[in-house]
Amino acid sequence: MAPPPLDVALLKVSDLACRRGGRPVFDRLSFALGAGELLALVGRNGSGKTTLLRALALLVRPLAGTILWQGAEVQADPDAWRGRVAWLGHLDGLKGDLSVRENLLGAERLRGRVPAADRLEQALAAYDLGALGDRAVRTLSAGQRRRTALARVMLTEAPLWLLDEPLNALDAPAQQSFRVVLQQHLAQGGLAIAATHADLGMAQPRMLELAT
Amino acid sequence: MTGFAALLTRDLRLVWRRPGDVAVVLAFFVVATVLFPLGIGPQANILARIAAGVLWCTALFASMLSLDRLFAADYEDGSLDLLLLAPWPLELAALAKCAAHWIVTGLPITVLAPVLGAAFGLEGGALLALAATLLVGTPTLSLTGGLAAALTLGARRGGALLALLALPLCVPTLIFGAAAIETLMTGEDLLAHLAILAALALVALATTPWAMAAALRQAGE
Repeated sequence: MAPPPLDVALLKVSDLACRRGGRPVFDRLSFALGAGELLALVGRNGSGKTTLLRALALLVRPLAGTILWQGAEVQADPDAWRGRVAWLGHLDGLKGDLSVRENLLGAERLRGRVPAADRLEQALAAYDLGALGDRAVRTLSAGQRRRTALARVMLTEAPLWLLDEPLNALDAPAQQSFRVVLQQHLAQGGLAIAATHADLGMAQPRMLELAT
Repeated sequence: MTGFAALLTRDLRLVWRRPGDVAVVLAFFVVATVLFPLGIGPQANILARIAAGVLWCTALFASMLSLDRLFAADYEDGSLDLLLLAPWPLELAALAKCAAHWIVTGLPITVLAPVLGAAFGLEGGALLALAATLLVGTPTLSLTGGLAAALTLGARRGGALLALLALPLCVPTLIFGAAAIETLMTGEDLLAHLAILAALALVALATTPWAMAAALRQAGE
């Protein structure tokens, strides 16, 4: 007798429904994601890409549906789930009066972790921020800030990355850096869900189209 | 507790980078207080009589002044999402923000008040009592004000609404804080008033963090 198929999906979303401003944005949304997989969310403006990301991060309470991580409901232990998620919103979440290094270290400490110095330098180097490390974020350009926010995501070592328009404001070399970092994350068994229409550098990206 | 300490130090560091924001609040406290003798005239007996009430009211106004930025700054730059996503209780995060607010407003006001009180003609014991009541009472102002700040987050005219919400909640603290100084003249027990102020602070400590966390989650939706 053949063994039952192994359920390889780490993240399993079923029948998720969300509202935004009293209006339903999506309904009965289901997908599963395994280790090393990337899911690109596509759809028109206002189709609910951000709402879906926020629902997955438990920032928005869904109307219905379940989010399972390794078979367990994530709402059952929200703090453990938050520890597994790295978040990049459409806002960078950086403090203008703090330096790039202080922002990255501060964000990690807020997650209750103290990153090793070499990991911080790695994250800075990955996004070519070494020379900017001690500059106040308020003096940086939009693209440089986005790179800092992306370095923060890399530093978290969280298995699931939730990224809202990660390539916003990035120039071509920075986009390339992001693709390299993302590939590394996936190669190490990480998961990523990104709302973007841009090329994420995957040969055959899995797409989830949200209809308006 | 590492997250709590991290948030507290981050907020204090942010204040340190922009000392002007706190300086404006403290300058407002001093100027607003000093206006009263100018308006009322130099009768020492009247001034000494109203000193505690005036200082408590201006302390309250000064602490409201900086509260509208307490969560709004994090809301606008996206840091609030990171706080909501921190893998430790949001209640503690709200408490850390209020603690930072108290350290940079309540504490300096407590230190400045006796100096201003002396200018009003208060003496020895009364100055000490004034500082003691503010030390015990100002944490309540930061906590109830923090709750109002969380509730008004994202609202238009948040600042005015905030004061409208927070000021009535601060009335008990104001009454017992100002009345405590009178005990020195009437011979009542000052410690009883301090105990009531401490009780109010503990009630605020036990209730507001949960309400703030709920309000912040709502604002994040």
